[in-house]
Amino acid sequence: MTETATATRPLERRKELSDPLMRHRRMIEIRHAEDIIKELFASGLIAGSTHTCQGQEAVSVGIASVIRPTDLVGCTYRGHGHALALGIEPVSVIAEILGRQGGTTGGVGGSMHLSSKEVGLMPTTAIIGAGIPISAGAAWAAQLSGTDDIAISLFGDGASNIGAFHEGINIAAVWKLPVVFICENNLYGEYSRIDSTTAVEDIADRASSYGIPGVVVDGQDIDVVMAAVTTAVDRARAGDGPTLIEMKTYRYAGHSRSDPATYRPAGELDEWLLRDPITLHAEKLMADGLATQAELEAMDAEVVASVEQAVENAKMSPVAEIADMFAHVTAGKGR
Amino acid sequence: MRQAIAAAIADEMAADDHVILLGEDVAEAEGVFKTSEGLLERFGPERVRDTPIAEMGFIGLAVGVAAAGYRPVVEIMFGEFMGVALDQLSTQAAKMRYLSRGEFTSPMVVRMSVGPGLGFGAQHSQTLETWFANTPGLKVVQPSGAQSAYGLLRAAIQDDDPVVFLEPRILYGEREEVDTSTYLDYEIGKARTAVSGTDVTLVALGQAVPIAIAAAQASSVSVEVIDLGSISPWDADAVAASVERTGRLVIVEANPYSGGWGAEIVAEVGSRCFGKLVAPAHRITCPDVPVPYSATLEERYIPTAESVTDQIAHLVGSGTLPEPWWKKEKR
Repeated sequence: MTETATATRPLERRKELSDPLMRHRRMIEIRHAEDIIKELFASGLIAGSTHTCQGQEAVSVGIASVIRPTDLVGCTYRGHGHALALGIEPVSVIAEILGRQGGTTGGVGGSMHLSSKEVGLMPTTAIIGAGIPISAGAAWAAQLSGTDDIAISLFGDGASNIGAFHEGINIAAVWKLPVVFICENNLYGEYSRIDSTTAVEDIADRASSYGIPGVVVDGQDIDVVMAAVTTAVDRARAGDGPTLIEMKTYRYAGHSRSDPATYRPAGELDEWLLRDPITLHAEKLMADGLATQAELEAMDAEVVASVEQAVENAKMSPVAEIADMFAHVTAGKGR
Repeated sequence: MRQAIAAAIADEMAADDHVILLGEDVAEAEGVFKTSEGLLERFGPERVRDTPIAEMGFIGLAVGVAAAGYRPVVEIMFGEFMGVALDQLSTQAAKMRYLSRGEFTSPMVVRMSVGPGLGFGAQHSQTLETWFANTPGLKVVQPSGAQSAYGLLRAAIQDDDPVVFLEPRILYGEREEVDTSTYLDYEIGKARTAVSGTDVTLVALGQAVPIAIAAAQASSVSVEVIDLGSISPWDADAVAASVERTGRLVIVEANPYSGGWGAEIVAEVGSRCFGKLVAPAHRITCPDVPVPYSATLEERYIPTAESVTDQIAHLVGSGTLPEPWWKKEKR
């Protein structure tokens, strides 16, 4: 087997993000992967549910470009994009969603539970808000051990109304833990618009009640995302405690595969599409002379082909093994 | 028993600097039940931390710090407070290993005081084993005195999985000499024979163990008392081996009848030892009501040694099931 070679590939993919063209490529990869995953669900190849992130790619790739693989990331069930951004290969993510042995947990996790220690991704959680105190705990470990690693906590706007948000951020603030709380505000918590569930317009405003900085960021512009995350990460590494960053972004698809998102006002999606993170970044690359229209089109075609190949490879991966169902329930007998 | 608990934590903290303690009032106040006496002074505020009153938050913090390599011991002042934090234990910690192919784990202990008998009323007196026992990935341990608390707590802290450690509150003040050199004899999932006997196997857990022992000592028949020590996993082999010899199985539980942990024991051992049983398996429990406050009521709520002795005599003498007192008195 080629275990050694594949083991290093995610870290190579992570390193590639220092190049703006590769950041662009990764955003395109996430977009196509999510589109294909949605189709796979529609075609009945996958059970349960899935939560895609088309429209939010600048956030995931921006964060992954700034942090280290040794920084631990807590993320939600809307995690395919973050997993790919952090470096996990498309074939591993798609195989997991298909329930195959080649998946990140051999198919026992599924769409909502991706994980890879190599790139710092703790198991993504399917319980809204649950990852917030867990990420704070990972940051506590870094603080206790005296490294300058940090933790990232990712959650949606809906999580800002659950108790774990308050409890986790409060403790992190009091203990000055090196964690950056990043809210992807895509305007909808499941099927409900944020203003029908939340009295403040900016979730970042809530930071003041914990005595930490709160920042509102344009989540559609990857360079703006990277700058904001860098500031917060530097602050955390320096021992100055957590920051709450609110990324204003938009979820092109519904909450989950069964949601056609008919609750959205007419024209809202079209308005957001005008500020598509991939289009915005393409314009910037071309303006900066880093790529031509033709080159970007070629990149897009190449990524489509590579994601389609990843799907084919994932489909060839054997179905999950019965042994894996029992393999990691407990460590076995204690002392 | 409270000193044995503090000593177990201290000895594990001394042996492994990744062991840390957190919870409400565990540091400066040394625990409301004084189960962390001297720990702040000895190990400092980095490793012994007071938390806000936010169980969901600090259990989650423990899950995260454990995933990153530490071994947190978390104190939940009263077991019921786990209700606001159950997600972090049952849905996060218990599945961390499973959902990461073993790359991230939850070597943490969540200690909590439990059980009726001290007049704390309906919301501070339950034993709660069954909140946790049906969750693969969690281990559920309950000591029955100072010696087992010391041994089992050390085993729990050394365990690589999340362990729920239920401390019978009524036993905190009980005194016995503790031999700290025998702690390796205490294993999670290994029962101990507290009293040897030949006519009846009496299975108990936590605060029901001293009741069972007293009942055995007062009994006119020969009673074997098995202290389970943990309910997940539990030592089915030890119980079955005893029942094979005695032919009778009686459970004593300090929790409500319906869905109590004893039902699991009866189902498993009753099936395994079907041909060897000479009397129906019997459970002696609390009634299916919340724990009442008044001492008059709470004394009736918990099985007494006397009632256990009487019910054993009835079972052995007649071969038929004794009726619970509340059924008789309701008529």
